[in-house]
Amino acid sequence: MAGVGGPRVEEPVGLFMAPVSKPAPGAVGRTGTWRDFRPVVDEAKCVKCLLCWLYCPEDTILRREDNMVYVDYEYCKGCGICANVCPVGAIEMVPEKR
Amino acid sequence: MAVKVLTGNYAVAEAVRLARVKVISAYPITPQTTIVEKLSEMVEHGIIDAKMIRVESEHAALATVFGAASAGARAFTATSSHGLLYMHEVVWWAAGARIPLVMAVVTRAIGPPWNIHVDHQDIFDQRDTGWLIAIAQENQEVLDLTLQAFKISEDPRVYLPMMVGLDGFILSHTMAPVDVPDQDEVDEWLPPRRQPYYIAPETEVVMGNIVPDEDYYMLRYSMHQAMEQAKRVIEEVDREYGERFGRSYGGLVECTMCTDAEYLIVIAGSWAGEAKVAAEKLREEGYRVGVARIRFIRPWPDEVIKELAGRVKGMVVFDRAISFGSRGPLFMEVASSLYGTANLRGVVAGLGGTDVTAEEIAGVVRDFASRVEEYGRVYEPLYWLLPAKYRSKVVEVRA
Amino acid sequence: MLVELRFHGRGGQGAVTAANILAAAAVSEGKYAQAFPYFGAERRGAPVEAYARVSDRPIERHSQVREPDIIVVLDPSIFELVDVTRGLKPQGLIIVNSTEAPIRGKWRVWCVDATGIARKLGLVVSGWPVVNTSMLGALARASGLVSVESVDKSIRSYFPGKLGDLNARAAREAFSAARPCWEPAS
Repeated sequence: MAGVGGPRVEEPVGLFMAPVSKPAPGAVGRTGTWRDFRPVVDEAKCVKCLLCWLYCPEDTILRREDNMVYVDYEYCKGCGICANVCPVGAIEMVPEKR
Repeated sequence: MAVKVLTGNYAVAEAVRLARVKVISAYPITPQTTIVEKLSEMVEHGIIDAKMIRVESEHAALATVFGAASAGARAFTATSSHGLLYMHEVVWWAAGARIPLVMAVVTRAIGPPWNIHVDHQDIFDQRDTGWLIAIAQENQEVLDLTLQAFKISEDPRVYLPMMVGLDGFILSHTMAPVDVPDQDEVDEWLPPRRQPYYIAPETEVVMGNIVPDEDYYMLRYSMHQAMEQAKRVIEEVDREYGERFGRSYGGLVECTMCTDAEYLIVIAGSWAGEAKVAAEKLREEGYRVGVARIRFIRPWPDEVIKELAGRVKGMVVFDRAISFGSRGPLFMEVASSLYGTANLRGVVAGLGGTDVTAEEIAGVVRDFASRVEEYGRVYEPLYWLLPAKYRSKVVEVRA
Repeated sequence: MLVELRFHGRGGQGAVTAANILAAAAVSEGKYAQAFPYFGAERRGAPVEAYARVSDRPIERHSQVREPDIIVVLDPSIFELVDVTRGLKPQGLIIVNSTEAPIRGKWRVWCVDATGIARKLGLVVSGWPVVNTSMLGALARASGLVSVESVDKSIRSYFPGKLGDLNARAAREAFSAARPCWEPAS
């Protein structure tokens, strides 16, 4: 039907800014440097249930195509939620050396 | 009297304690939160004999405190920014009801976008409500003003609520030495609470009924008369406080280096400190600059501004807020007192907590003074002092 | 006289408290002082900054500390994350929790093993050594801005009882142990 569609977005005129932001990786910087403990995944124990991946609040546990998980250490803050929810104890929180 | 190192928020809490407030209700919001936390602690430890009522929102907080005050209790709340906007309806209500009340407003920018830092947009947004509005420069003044607010608000010549502004983070979260008066000294100075009427189960009083339009008009008219009378009360209280506690600020306006000034910086809030440093620097360069620090936005010190303007070549007004589509609110107040009889520049700066240095203030004033010297007549109602990082990228708008 | 300081640490190490105690110490000596944190969210482990001003006159400035005279670094790992010398005045001073100078540039550096002192005294909370009070002792020694007695007293007003004793002791030990570890070539 003619005339039906989504919202029409048009370029504003003049000096214009809107308080709108879009997702971008690591906007605050390399938060991995904040860690006291790092999660280490024991792939032998992992059953690929993806619970850790689901629960991670920062999206720093990622999944491979075969559903094995791995940690993005650039941004992982070491909160330990992944280790906490893993039903088979495949994730250990190991102290960062400093 | 003891000197304690306190944040502005803790200075508020100390004043509330000393004023023997009976009912406190507030909802947390950055950067006010530590006022309420400290008061909660004090209530918990029996340091203050008050009831702390937890509520679900700022609207409820002010309504609760207003209710308690209507019933005769000395009551207090504190808020900031969005919290203040949330209770805005009740802000009008409390003033119209003529119930004395004190509220601390920790000034903070309004979103979107989210911003927890200082500007004066939130407090200037309350200008028309009928509340007395004061803004402090230092933590010491925060304590003194909050204490005085009870005395001023409860004065029978006033009977209007009063809000005390303190700049978010810059005062609220900054530690500085504060002279805290003794309880018995305050008890001698602050009389028991008075109010024009009270509402309780045994009284046969209704507040807020419909009245004929003409009576409504007269009620509003009488509120304004109270504001005019408040000017005198504020000056009296400031003077008496000075005699008793050793600190007086000059009443509605604190004028520094004003006696021989040719140019005045007109400004309110903590950045007046920066303005004073700027004035000192400019004096070293040969400009006779003074700082007229507006302590009370309401009632507006009309007579003081007129008198000062008559003695100087020009004034630069600094606003930490903007009325979109018009000018800075403090500038508009100043200009309305002057009937085109002074050289003026209205500067908008420091929005959203943007840092403003004494050097930047001095630069703007120096530039204004040289224009006055050159052209004789300068009227620039809107001069945007953009953040340093954008200054070269956007053309400054001179209205 | 106006001295401006910047404290660097990780969230949870007590950089903000250190600035506050310094302010209290200065005020107890009859000076004027101001102390404030970086005004933003702070998270345990993240780099944080706190600031202070000390003066013999009432302090009117409220703007950000941009050109500090003294930098105090509570955690040497901060050096990799943040430029701690940002704005530091040419004659400025750096005081670091370290056994050796981690920065060898245009500024004098004083070192103290605050971590070692904290561990030795058992001043460890949640696995983190409490280094802020030691750093205040070192600051008193390196700068002379406040006396170690004032630091001791102010620490005790912040931490009650035995905790206060222990922290004050750490400050005094750091006062003795602090030493210059780098002089700029002039």
